[in-house]
Amino acid sequence: MAEPALSIRGLTKVYGNGFNALKGIDLDVPEGDFFAMLGPNGAGKSTTLGIVCSLVQKTAGKVKIYGIDIDRDFARAKYNLGVVPQEFNFSQFEKVEDIVHSQAGYYGMPMREARPRCNQLLKDLGLWDKRNGPARMLSGGMKRRLMIARALIHRPRLLILDEPTAGVDIELRRSMWEYMQRINREEGTTIILTTHYLEEAESLCRNIAIINRGEIVKNTSMRGLLTELDTETFLLDLAQPLDVLPSIEGFDIERVDGAQLALSVKKGQHINDAFTQLSAQGVNVVSMRNRANRLEELFVSMVEGDNAKAEEQRIAREIEHS
Amino acid sequence: MNPMQILVSLWTLVVKEVRRFTRIWPQTLLPPSITMTMYFIIFGNLIGSRIGEMDGFSYMAYIVPGLIMMSVITNSYSNVASSFFSNKFQRSVEEMMVSPMPNWVILSGFVFGGMARGLGVGLIVTVVSLFFTDLSLRHPLITLGVVIMTATLFSIGGFINALVANKFDDISIVPIFVLTPLTYLGGVFYSIDLLPDFWQGVSMVNPILYMVNAFRYGILGVSDIPVAGALVAIGIFIVAAFFLALWMLERGKGIRS
Repeated sequence: MAEPALSIRGLTKVYGNGFNALKGIDLDVPEGDFFAMLGPNGAGKSTTLGIVCSLVQKTAGKVKIYGIDIDRDFARAKYNLGVVPQEFNFSQFEKVEDIVHSQAGYYGMPMREARPRCNQLLKDLGLWDKRNGPARMLSGGMKRRLMIARALIHRPRLLILDEPTAGVDIELRRSMWEYMQRINREEGTTIILTTHYLEEAESLCRNIAIINRGEIVKNTSMRGLLTELDTETFLLDLAQPLDVLPSIEGFDIERVDGAQLALSVKKGQHINDAFTQLSAQGVNVVSMRNRANRLEELFVSMVEGDNAKAEEQRIAREIEHS
Repeated sequence: MNPMQILVSLWTLVVKEVRRFTRIWPQTLLPPSITMTMYFIIFGNLIGSRIGEMDGFSYMAYIVPGLIMMSVITNSYSNVASSFFSNKFQRSVEEMMVSPMPNWVILSGFVFGGMARGLGVGLIVTVVSLFFTDLSLRHPLITLGVVIMTATLFSIGGFINALVANKFDDISIVPIFVLTPLTYLGGVFYSIDLLPDFWQGVSMVNPILYMVNAFRYGILGVSDIPVAGALVAIGIFIVAAFFLALWMLERGKGIRS
């Protein structure tokens, strides 16, 4: 069996102030995967990825990148790794192409090899016209793309994208994802993505880990996870406002405003049944959409459930000690 | 990394550092030349002509080695301190940390960059000094050796300063409150023979005195201190400072959480 692109065992991080950011997590990311790592702010995602790319020192545990233990040969492991961090982390005063060339040099790539690769990446990512300007003159979206070009210059087999679309407009986000899907599909680059846009994770990723309070609360396939969704809520836009809430047998329904209803559909129910009953009562629906992204509903329920459990345990401990 | 890849990465870092200080030459190369021209005019020409000779040389000729060394020290130090701290501040240091480049290459790259600026400014000041006095090197190898070693030592010092610095103020404290007084008291403008015995003794614990005098010996052939001992001491300081900086870098001091 092929080595996973990333293998993590018992990864623990306790910061100097005593904060336990990671509580012994285990995680495998298969080779060639498009993998989502989700979690609320402060859950431990960036700490995990920071350890993988040597920006954060681990307290305990093992990390292997394509089978290479980072404690034994981090330098060799790093050749397989490209990182696009959350924050801009390049010199704002340097020229765009110099930033990418320098990164190639740090990996020991001679200029005759780095230059054509850099040119190609800058063209692919729409930065070719800006290559001779200082990085500070780029727009936010262009800066993100510059970090992607920089991360890909040495042809990494594992690419880590830590919230790469934060603050990026929809059109640009879409083009970035098309590019990522292409390198995942055509070049076999394994991609790990953290994002707060859950519809991105749902549409792009095949596998997912949800991390909360320094622990993995779910690690499964995206398809498998979505089947766990018990209830979906749809917003129905009505042709005419209603004064009275219609009753639909078997379904939970509530009024959002006069011309919009929220309909909850449980697993096994057919939405057609609801429409039939609405039609019979003379209620015409002109359009319909999910109230929240399906993954978002699951994510919120899992994280809230986990937080509630943690709070119960905390109270129980306090009672025990009082 | 194989040796060729290490060379490429080191070269990349050195070129990047040199490009940085040459890009901002009005801030890095021009001010020391102007400041030193002022020193030559005021201390060398105007005041120096009234002082007369020192150790058998005109006052202007006597202070030139010290002023060149002063430029080398301050520029080597501040180049690395400000460049590495800017990398920390802008987080571009992460570009190097995520790469397979060994820590000793990162350290060496910044040190070579600092040496390039220190020696470059030293050369500019030397050229400026030729407008005011004649210079002939008595001991060229010692001159070259001392100036290179001094630039190396203070470049490493600047790197250590940048590692422990948390804000921009932290990289100006040492140059202002430590380096400048030690340089002024390090025999740049006078021979320590002019001092009372007590202050001569105090001066002997100032490491910059040894560098300035060893350099002056290389140019003029006169020194207040034994030159061989000075060279050995600078060498020991370089090795100790390099390994201290490397140890701090390995530990992630100031750059890894």
